[in-house]
Amino acid sequence: MAHVIGEPIDRIDGHAKVTGKAVYAADAKTQKLAFGAIATATIAYGEITSIDASEARRQPGVLMVMTHENAPEQAPWVPKAEDPFARPKPQLDSKKIQYFGQPVALVVAETFEAAREAAALIQITYLANKGAFDIEAPDREIKDPKTDVVGKPAASKIGDIDTAMRTAAVTVDSTYKTPYQNHNMMEPHASTAEWTGNMLTVRSAVQLVESAHQCIATTLKVPPDQVEVIAEFIGGGFGGKLPVYGDAILAALAARELKRPVKVVLTRQQMFHVTTHRGASIQRVRLAATQDGTLTGIAHESVAQTARADDFVEPIVAPTRSLYAAPNRLTAQQTVVLDLPIPGSMRAPGEAIGLLALEQAIDELAVKLDKDPIELRLKNEPKEDPEKHIPFSTRNLVACLQQGAERFGWNKRSAKPGANKQGQWLVGMGVAAAIRGNILRKAEAKVTMNSATSATVEMDMTDIGTGSYTIFAQIAAEILDIPLEGVTVKLGHSSYPITPGSGGSFGASSCGAALLDACKKLKARLDKHEGPQGLSAMGRVEPGDEYKKFAQFAYGAHFAEVGVDADTGEVRLRRMLGVFDAGRILNAKTARSQMIGGMIWGVSSALFENQEVDTRYGSFVNVDLANYHVPVHADVPAVEAIALKVFDEHANALGSKGVGELGICGAGAAVSNAIYNACGARVREYPITLDKVLPALG
Amino acid sequence: MPDKTLLTRRLLGTTALASAVAAKHLHAQPQVAATRPPAPGNIDVDLDVNGHTHKLSLDPRTTLLDAMRDHLGLTGTKKGCDHGQCGACTVLVNGVRLNSCLSLAASREGDKIVTIEGLAEGDKLHPMQAAFVKADAFQCGFCTPGQICSAVGMVSELQRGVPSSVALDFASKPTGSVEEVRERMSGNICRCAAYPNIVAAIIAASEGTPT
Repeated sequence: MAHVIGEPIDRIDGHAKVTGKAVYAADAKTQKLAFGAIATATIAYGEITSIDASEARRQPGVLMVMTHENAPEQAPWVPKAEDPFARPKPQLDSKKIQYFGQPVALVVAETFEAAREAAALIQITYLANKGAFDIEAPDREIKDPKTDVVGKPAASKIGDIDTAMRTAAVTVDSTYKTPYQNHNMMEPHASTAEWTGNMLTVRSAVQLVESAHQCIATTLKVPPDQVEVIAEFIGGGFGGKLPVYGDAILAALAARELKRPVKVVLTRQQMFHVTTHRGASIQRVRLAATQDGTLTGIAHESVAQTARADDFVEPIVAPTRSLYAAPNRLTAQQTVVLDLPIPGSMRAPGEAIGLLALEQAIDELAVKLDKDPIELRLKNEPKEDPEKHIPFSTRNLVACLQQGAERFGWNKRSAKPGANKQGQWLVGMGVAAAIRGNILRKAEAKVTMNSATSATVEMDMTDIGTGSYTIFAQIAAEILDIPLEGVTVKLGHSSYPITPGSGGSFGASSCGAALLDACKKLKARLDKHEGPQGLSAMGRVEPGDEYKKFAQFAYGAHFAEVGVDADTGEVRLRRMLGVFDAGRILNAKTARSQMIGGMIWGVSSALFENQEVDTRYGSFVNVDLANYHVPVHADVPAVEAIALKVFDEHANALGSKGVGELGICGAGAAVSNAIYNACGARVREYPITLDKVLPALG
Repeated sequence: MPDKTLLTRRLLGTTALASAVAAKHLHAQPQVAATRPPAPGNIDVDLDVNGHTHKLSLDPRTTLLDAMRDHLGLTGTKKGCDHGQCGACTVLVNGVRLNSCLSLAASREGDKIVTIEGLAEGDKLHPMQAAFVKADAFQCGFCTPGQICSAVGMVSELQRGVPSSVALDFASKPTGSVEEVRERMSGNICRCAAYPNIVAAIIAASEGTPT
């Protein structure tokens, strides 16, 4: 059997992507396509008192204007469900406004130009109520949720952290702030809907095809077998395309009314309000340690935004429960209820911002102890999960730190801030650990032999840039012992076997393990001389006891070198290295790309990203790519990622752990720690812009 | 009890903005619907895209990007922001890269436009396309057509000696260093952050490294 799984094979969908042939949701070609444009609310909290769409309706080419006054009946929204992304998502269903930018009208026209113009001509009056928009307001409404978004307890307590803090030789008690952030994947949310008789087909930019399938069917009160969702190519998701939004529902409703296909695409500006974002957080970290650096206490408490329109509890403190040993422990996750748009999962919800705080606090402790921050981490390496008291499935954080230190040249770092000046640049190095929960979800896969040397794989899984198409082809090719070119991978269609989709870094392992099962079953039958042509097999996987008996995480260590301009405080990343334990790597090339991408997201969270709130109006202010800063080419120097050779037998039959979110976890803290090392600026409010660095430069 | 205020706003442009514009004696947006001019009728536009001339009847507000995507079926060029901020819609116009969302189709008559669909020769990929595949210079692929067109245009700029802001000496020919490539490609955002691989692909392709 040829060795294919893990090989650095070029993406099998690469040709389609470099030639423009890959069809994304807004690229669908269909006859008589009409174009929809959404109009959005200009107040944050209150209700519509009147809508005058007469001028919009008069515009040449306008086919319909849909508002809450004439929108078809839809299923009502529900606050809780087993699959929150499958809940009904009714649009224009009431005069109530719950957040700024909420869709209030849809215009459909013969052309995009006419629809856009007409949407801008709709006159709406509102009754605006006083909403709550400031996460730091003195009278803010704080909630103590029982569980976080993944159903784990929102708080935990072991021992007595207060006594530990009082009696410790050295302590850290710091508060960190992280801002609102937005996914801003390159492809705006888009849907093209078409009815053929009573059958609805929606091509939509979604990460979870089955959830979208259920959501659209339920919302429109149509049987699921009359709805087909297609998402063959998705231009990035990062959690922002877990839910279905107004584009899909409104396109489907309008297409039914008009009896012709309708395309609705959110504008880049609308994406900031209409879709989810990462909520802002305020995090307090307390560390108690002996003089030799042994942690005696660790506490991580967070408050983060949730929306009155829909609750979301980001598991910000979750990584702190498993990263370091300490006898006295406390974690708590509170929310502040605001009338802002709805927060949701954004790449590594929890770890991404939790580690910005925790891993900077560990660095602060290292400075206070005058101890190398890598040694400090090694000293507090737990032998088992410190809160669950169960073994880790695999844990190679120590190897990540040690190998990274050697490759990066950590021994050249001076512990003293400001010691390394190169021309106008103060140069420093920082380190941080990465940890990310490893998840397996129930999945099914089908594989069919087309000939002795070719097969077709079918799953409703998506490839949001992660490399799903390619790794599935590799699994099928290796197990069925056929050429890679002989494998056709069909994804992103609601008629294919149900998978959990793309999210939470569980896609590759869950779907890959289901496919592995299918291929092994098929191979066994082929070996008995059945088939081959037309022979097919279904495979399945679901999480078993291994996820209760073992604490499962992926790990990593980030090393960053930054330069800080001695006069202006400008921070430039100079080089970066990440060393990761993500279990078995399914494609060395695509996994490396995901890790590097994640690391750059971490850098971005440390230095750039900040979705500013206007607390007077409850709106986000910098709602485009000129003002919401994400990294560009010039911001990204040499960034390298290395994966350790690991096989996690407890994770799944492939031995793989999640890759997609691991890179961002801790990466930003490595940058903030490098800034401290470069110039002595300890900035606890992200992003670390030059105005926050300048005071330390004197 | 919440403080209730009756607000009347237009969807685009608040009253405050409108009065600020009026105060500057610019062309203030009329507040009254009846004063709006009628919508324009279609105009004939000939577009030369990928070596073919297309006769189109377009709403004059149609951008080059929307003309290609919605009227020519050339959906390889992507709309990421529609404001010239992301570069996903980059095409080559007379060999020079351009954000096609910022250009009206009607203003491109007589120009030679090349899109991502026009780079390969049959099944043979353009060296830049091949280099992108080899270097895994993309993940989701949505910015990729713009990155590739931009890269092809940028290499041509280097060859023609067009200076950039990182050049130490504007008079001498740019070097095509990694720093030059990063600076010149910074109008093309990749949120997947495939940047190191994109730069590697561009350098490999421009050096003629076999892919």
